This record gives sequence, structure tokens and C-alpha cells, in this order.
Amino acid sequence: MSYNVNSKGYYGDFGGAYIPEMLLHNIDELKENYIKIMSDDSFQQEFNQLLKDYVGRPSPLYFSKNLSEKYSAKIYLKREDLNHTGAHKINNTIGQIILAKRLKKSRIIAETGAGQHGVATATVCALMGLKCIVYMGATDVKRQAPNVARMKMLGADVIPVTSGSSTLKDATNEAMRDWINNPIDTHYIVGSVVGPHPFPDMVARFQSVISKEIKEQLLLAEGRNYPDYLIACVGGGSNAAGTFYDYLDDERVKIICVEASGKGVNSGKSAATTKLGKTGIIHGSKTLLMQTDDGQITEPYSISAGLDYPGIGPMHANLFTSGRGEFISIDDDEAMSAGLQLSQLEGIIPAIETSHALAVFDHKKFNSTDIIVLNLSGRGDKDLENYINYFNI
Amino acid sequence: MNRISKTLKEKDNILSIYFTAGFPELNSTIEIIKNLVSAGVDMIEIGLPFSDPLADGETIQMSSKIALDNGISTNILFEQLKEIRNHVNIPLIIMGYFNPIFQFGVEEFCKKCNEIGIDGLIIPDLPIDIYLSNYKIIFEKNQLQNIFLITPQTNKKRIEYIDKNSDGFLYVVSSSSITGSTNKFDESSINYFKKLEKMNLSTPKIIGFGISDNENFNTASKYSKGCIVGSAFIKYIQKNGLKNIHNFINQIKIVN
Repeated sequence: MSYNVNSKGYYGDFGGAYIPEMLLHNIDELKENYIKIMSDDSFQQEFNQLLKDYVGRPSPLYFSKNLSEKYSAKIYLKREDLNHTGAHKINNTIGQIILAKRLKKSRIIAETGAGQHGVATATVCALMGLKCIVYMGATDVKRQAPNVARMKMLGADVIPVTSGSSTLKDATNEAMRDWINNPIDTHYIVGSVVGPHPFPDMVARFQSVISKEIKEQLLLAEGRNYPDYLIACVGGGSNAAGTFYDYLDDERVKIICVEASGKGVNSGKSAATTKLGKTGIIHGSKTLLMQTDDGQITEPYSISAGLDYPGIGPMHANLFTSGRGEFISIDDDEAMSAGLQLSQLEGIIPAIETSHALAVFDHKKFNSTDIIVLNLSGRGDKDLENYINYFNI
Repeated sequence: MNRISKTLKEKDNILSIYFTAGFPELNSTIEIIKNLVSAGVDMIEIGLPFSDPLADGETIQMSSKIALDNGISTNILFEQLKEIRNHVNIPLIIMGYFNPIFQFGVEEFCKKCNEIGIDGLIIPDLPIDIYLSNYKIIFEKNQLQNIFLITPQTNKKRIEYIDKNSDGFLYVVSSSSITGSTNKFDESSINYFKKLEKMNLSTPKIIGFGISDNENFNTASKYSKGCIVGSAFIKYIQKNGLKNIHNFINQIKIVN
């Protein structure tokens, strides 16, 4: 049994493409071409070159001595925070922009929540000289002013979305509507392992560079190419998918996914999808999502804008229901404390998303011989104001 | 014979109206249906609201949000429609996104529709292949026709495939757009209608999306059995209330 996608675009019972006929042409075009284009040598060469020279890969696998001592385990941090633009998001946008060019698209659209994916998309569009339109919930536009400014400086049009609850899920709807209205010249760079097949698989493949590097780096550091545990935070799930990718079917490696429970799982202000969600359809994918009994999608909450998505990707839904992955929920307070702790123990200010993953060490006991790799998915510059207000620094 | 097929067989220049259940008021549903029937429409699509209607433009998004804020739910809609067949004989179709139907239970949902006398469903985000392999049997058991959309991007082979697997009618989306665009049909839309006409499909066609006036209605009727009007109707009742629905219908179609 494989935990990767099958030929029909499903992970177990999850995934598929539940899309209106108006999107079928776009999705089919992508489905028929993505593997072919991505396996082309010249594609791989261009992709790897840009990851190396432009993004700064490979990102270090850093042995965190101080965390390891504190929690008596061998803890490694995969430093995606050191990538250009400050997070793992750029791995995917580099891949998709090259793909878009090969599909002869001249116009790029994207959705963004916290603005990290929007910035990563605006960045590669500037690099490649393609027009870039980023849909962002009006609420998030206000909350994430520095990233809005970055996108504008990079030449992107940022369109505030006022439909629904004016956040990430509505921005995603609006990007899909744009794609329906522009079926010929436009490519939609989805930012996570969500949406209709082939997006979850395609984004996971672009992010899989994370696990490929972990394999090589761990072999050098530990003399074996697999850890006992992998830990990553999950909003939609792209950094987690990239971290787990090459280890999905290697059951020596235990997988831990960290969700945001906001103000508490049962507080009504949470984004803990596996605790609160049921199987349903969101943004063209069958997966676990938070919804009312009547099938209306509900608004999630987390202090981290990158984790407040009402669903998780279909790969992760399958990791959860199959038991392959362990899901731990971390609330706002636990995450913020873990972020402050890493800052002061290791001199690394993590993104609040990543702080959720770091809080796992206070939740779960590991053996002193356990080798643990945690994906440090992003840096905390964008969250400084949030940290400062929270801790009254 | 299913009322949809009967209507398509007996009539031309069909006018089908879409409205969002629970809008403008929670209990507007029945009054709207009755007023539409007495104004002479041929078919009605009752929209089951969804929080994330990704194929819809601003107007239907707005009406869906208000309807949900008003408290509409699948159960309440079924309750409202319980005795509708004592009053109305024209075809009634429920149009809604898949998730609320999936949560209700597809089998249970179809059974309820059959009990009430609903004739068909339009579920834009349920693709034909998933329908055929998982749900067709349930629809047939409950005498429900499932209506599929085709768009200017749908290729010839797929149109033929959808035609072969359709009963009722083909919902012809007039242009590559979400609902509620108000442009006149342009040359490419007309060419697309002509292309479809030449294909001699066995399923009758009804044209929808972007139809808001008599001119578009007449053009659509020339190339198909008729047309569907949604956003323009919702805008009208938002502005004018439910009393003068016949004025709106008369603007679109001169009823004899």
C-alpha cells in the first residue's frame, strides 16, 4: 500500500477533482502535461539551477544542540526559513512558474492568506516577467500589510476579496473564478497541496526537494538516511508534504503533523481540522474539512494566518484516517511560547506556523536516541508585530 | 414521463428561472415559485445555497450569503417544498453544490427530492464520471434527471460523451465565465451555439449564464430550446420585491 497519490488522483478515499465543467479544460490541460513537463531534462535543469542559485538551496539541516539537550533527543531543524522570501513556499512557485511558461501562459493568478505564497508568486513572476494577480481576503490585506507592500513592490496586483468571510478560503474561491473567466492565457499557482487533482500531487512533487535533501544530509550527519520522526505543521499541508514525501511509504519513519487549535479545539475558534472536520468537498478536492452539519464550510481561526484554512490536503487526510500520521493540535499560547523559546535558545525567530510544530516537544516524550527532523518552514520576520504584541516586548 | 422531458418535448422558447432559496427572506421560496408560475415561466431552478459557490458571480454569492444568514438549510428547504406539487405542475429542479448534498447523504437527498416531486438536479461541481460510477443508480431509482453543463471549452468528444449520458437537457454555458456577467452574446458565443446546432445532439439544449434581457433570450431560443435566467432575476427581486415578478418575466419573454 502506498500513501502517495494513485493514478486517478486519490490518496485513499481523498482527493480527486470535484470541479465545475468550466474548470475542466484548465485542469485537464494541467493533468495531461505536468508529469511530462516535469520529467523533461531541461525542466529539471532549469528548476534545480534556480533552486540552487536563486532560492539558495540546499537549505541546511541544522543539528539543534540546545533543543536536543533540553528535550533529550537528537533534534535537527530543516532550515526552509533560510530560503529566498523566507519560507518553503518558493520551492513550489519556482516549479509552477517554469511549468506555466512551458504551457505558454502569460498571466499568473494566486491566492494568499498570510501573504507568504503571494510574495513567493509575485517574486517568480517578477523574475520571469509574467503578469501577476494575487487574490487576498480583505481582512488579511489589513492584517498583513508588510506582505501586501512586498507584493506591490514586486509588481503584482493585489486584489482584496470581500466575498464570504474575506479570508483565505474566499481568496481561493475568487482565484478559481478568475481562472474560469480566463481559461486560455492564465495559470493558477495554487500555494498548497490542496485543490483539485493534479494540484496536490504537483505541489507535493515541487516541495519534495525538502525530503530529498533531508535524506542526503542525514546520511552525512548520522550515517543513515532516515530519521525516527518527521515533524511539520499543517495548514493546507505543503511544507509537511515536502518533508514527508520521500518517506511516505518508509514506515521506519514516524510522521507527526501539527495542526493549529487556535484558542482551543472546542472553543469555536480553532483550525484543528482532523479534530473538528468531516469528509467533504472543498476547492475541488474531497478531503477533511470543517463544516456545519448542513455542509456549509466554516471559518477557521488560528493566531497564525498560514494555518487557518478550513481543510487539509487530501494526502494528509489519508495520513490521518489511515493512522500513518499522528496529528497533534497546538493552541495559540503553546505555539507562541515555543516560538519565543527557539528565538532565545537557538537565535532563530521562527514563523508562527512553524512555532506550532516546535511546541510538539512539550507535548510528546521522545527517547534520547530518537533522531527527529522538524521542518522549520518559515522565518518569523513577518510575525514580529504579532510576537511583540503578544509578549508585550 | 419526467416533467422536464415532457416540457422540452412540447415547448419551444422555454424560459427557466433560477432563484436562491431563502432569499430575500427565509420563507420567500414558495411565494417566488407561485409568482413565477403565474407569470408564465416554463421551468424553475431552486438554488440550494452554499457558503463557497465557486462558479458563481457576485449576485448569486450575495443571495447565497443572505439566505444562509437567514437560516436556510437543506432540511428547511425540503420542509418549505413539502406540498409544492399541490400547486405547481411545471418542472422543478434543485441546483446546488455537492458538499451540502454529500453531507445530507446523496441517497437520502434524492429520496427526499422524489417524495417532493423534484424532477432533476444540477450539481455543477459533481463531474460526470464521478456521477456515473457512484450516483447514477440512486438518481434513476428516484426518477431524477441529472443535468450537466457544457462550456465553450468543452471539446467535441466530451460533448458527445455528456450528450450520450444525459437525459433532460444540456445546460449550455454561453461563455467562459462565472454566472452574472451581463454582456451581450458576442460573435464567439454565437459561433459556439452554431457549432452545437450542427452536432445534432440527441439531448435538447438550454442556454444559460449572462442572459438578462429579451434580446439575449430570443438569440438563445434561436439556437436552443430556451434559456435560463438567474442573476438578473435575483437582482430584480432584491430591488423590486416579489410582487411584480410578472413584470420581469414579461421583459424577458412575451407570454401569450
